[in-house]
Amino acid sequence: MSGRLEVMKTYKLYINGAFPRTESGRSFEITSNKGEFLANACLASRKDLRDAVVAARTAQPGWAKATAFNRGQIMYRIAEMLEGRSDQFAQEISLQTGTSAKESLQEVSDSVDLLVWYAGWSDKLPSLAGSTNPVSGPFYNFTVPEALGVVGAIATIDKPLLGFVAAVAPILVSGNTAVALASSTAPLSAISFAEVVATSDLPHGVLNILSGQQSELAPWFASHMDIDGLDISGLPIDQHGAIKEAGVENLKRISTFTELNEPGRILAFMEAKTVWHPIGN
Amino acid sequence: MSFYGLVDGSDSSLRNYLKQLPGVDQVGAEARAAMLATRSIKTTSKAWAIDTAISMVDLTTLEGADTPGKVQALCSKAFRPDPNDLTVPRVGAVCVYNDMVGIARQHLDSIGAHDLPVAAVSTAFPSGRASMAVKLQDTEDAIIAGAAEIDMVIDRGAFLSGRLIEVFEEIVAIREVCRDRAHLKVILETGELVTLDNVRKASYLAMLAGADFIKTSTGKVAPAATAPVVLVMLEAVRDFYDLTKVRIGVKPAGGIRTTKDAIKQLVLVNETAGPEWLNPSLFRIGASALLNDLLMQRMKMSDGYYASPNYVTID
Repeated sequence: MSGRLEVMKTYKLYINGAFPRTESGRSFEITSNKGEFLANACLASRKDLRDAVVAARTAQPGWAKATAFNRGQIMYRIAEMLEGRSDQFAQEISLQTGTSAKESLQEVSDSVDLLVWYAGWSDKLPSLAGSTNPVSGPFYNFTVPEALGVVGAIATIDKPLLGFVAAVAPILVSGNTAVALASSTAPLSAISFAEVVATSDLPHGVLNILSGQQSELAPWFASHMDIDGLDISGLPIDQHGAIKEAGVENLKRISTFTELNEPGRILAFMEAKTVWHPIGN
Repeated sequence: MSFYGLVDGSDSSLRNYLKQLPGVDQVGAEARAAMLATRSIKTTSKAWAIDTAISMVDLTTLEGADTPGKVQALCSKAFRPDPNDLTVPRVGAVCVYNDMVGIARQHLDSIGAHDLPVAAVSTAFPSGRASMAVKLQDTEDAIIAGAAEIDMVIDRGAFLSGRLIEVFEEIVAIREVCRDRAHLKVILETGELVTLDNVRKASYLAMLAGADFIKTSTGKVAPAATAPVVLVMLEAVRDFYDLTKVRIGVKPAGGIRTTKDAIKQLVLVNETAGPEWLNPSLFRIGASALLNDLLMQRMKMSDGYYASPNYVTID
């Protein structure tokens, strides 16, 4: 016997708190930036997307009903868990993108900080985006921002972990649930992020992660009637028109973002509710 | 009464007849049901299966909180499941509690759904714990109010303690109340019958006593319509047809919520009882939430994109 046989990880999907294989049985090879084989990952199909949306829709009312404090704490917990696994994530980033160990570790720290930054927004949103409105009558009139529902995310890929965190954290913090598509060129970070989420008390179905081809799945994200919003920052610009057209049927909110940390990322997937309340004596 | 010439109505003949039935191979039944559940039904077959399943749904509301308004809404939905698409077939029947039968019948007539039957759950549903006089009156009431189908429950306590003739005579008595005025569906409540052998025995007992349909469950007990149970009941109606040339219907109810579940049931029917049973007059599915899933799958097939529950009615 010479040496030990390495136990390789199979990268699977993350749907409703579980790690299933794709229903299609398909897989694809993830290679390093030098073309070496890294791992096999699931090539998700539209039916995996359908299942993920069902999970996200089921989880949404409960997640939105959780207190802002609780949502913030859970997001902060995700940051804690990610911090503890910095080395693994840094190594995966280096393998996929070819960046130096130091740069990769920096990306992980930036991702942790970004999670904490978004976690802090959970209980401040009503003050930022809400208002008390003067009306001509004996009423208090409030406008409060509320979660939109189920939001899809197709994250940017140049920084695989940071881009992914910047896409999903603002969606989740306000009480939306998310279905996120990992990039097909560098999906390791996103899929490993599922392992962090799975140990962070995030309720099942709140974040679902698929790995697959953008070109195959993006149109299904866009046309799905039960997805209320979509972040397409990671899609090539020439596809934006077609995606927005496909999302018209249910008036899907489709956005792109450039800044990593901006409250606008949160507010893009919230809607305003106005409440009239009579003034007593 | 002749009871198909198989029993003479006495305790001993019923007992002897049910005793000579072969036992069910439980492992085999489970394996066969699981194997049939792996069939993949796609494209045109799926479209056909969805429409067939819709036409077989007994659209049901059996809640203590039912109101006339809810029952009327349910009736409208039964007649026009998708108001945006008139090619959707109407469902098999509306299934309600006894006191709602009149309201349902009246509303169906008022919207022109004269030939859409109302089924009433009867005989002290779901437990069946009432005196015989009450059960008979219960059934009579429902028929007078306009029920064309009676879903009765058997006395599981009597069945399990071996008082088979009591169960038998009860079904015969209700059969006599129904006469030719209403179809009789007999609910076996398989979740309480413990073994598949008991399911087979109860199926024969109900068929001999004059059931037009045998139905798995009330929907109030879990597990309800599991695949092996439905398989055993379908085998029973198939073999009963070989003996008597009479086709008895089967109605699984409870726990069938998705299009996939419904299509699995249709595969079971086709492969066990045969294609003659793929007809609302011989196969029904008792369900409430299922209809919405069928409609959403139908929309997906016609529109080409996934549908949302926001676009179908809640009840």
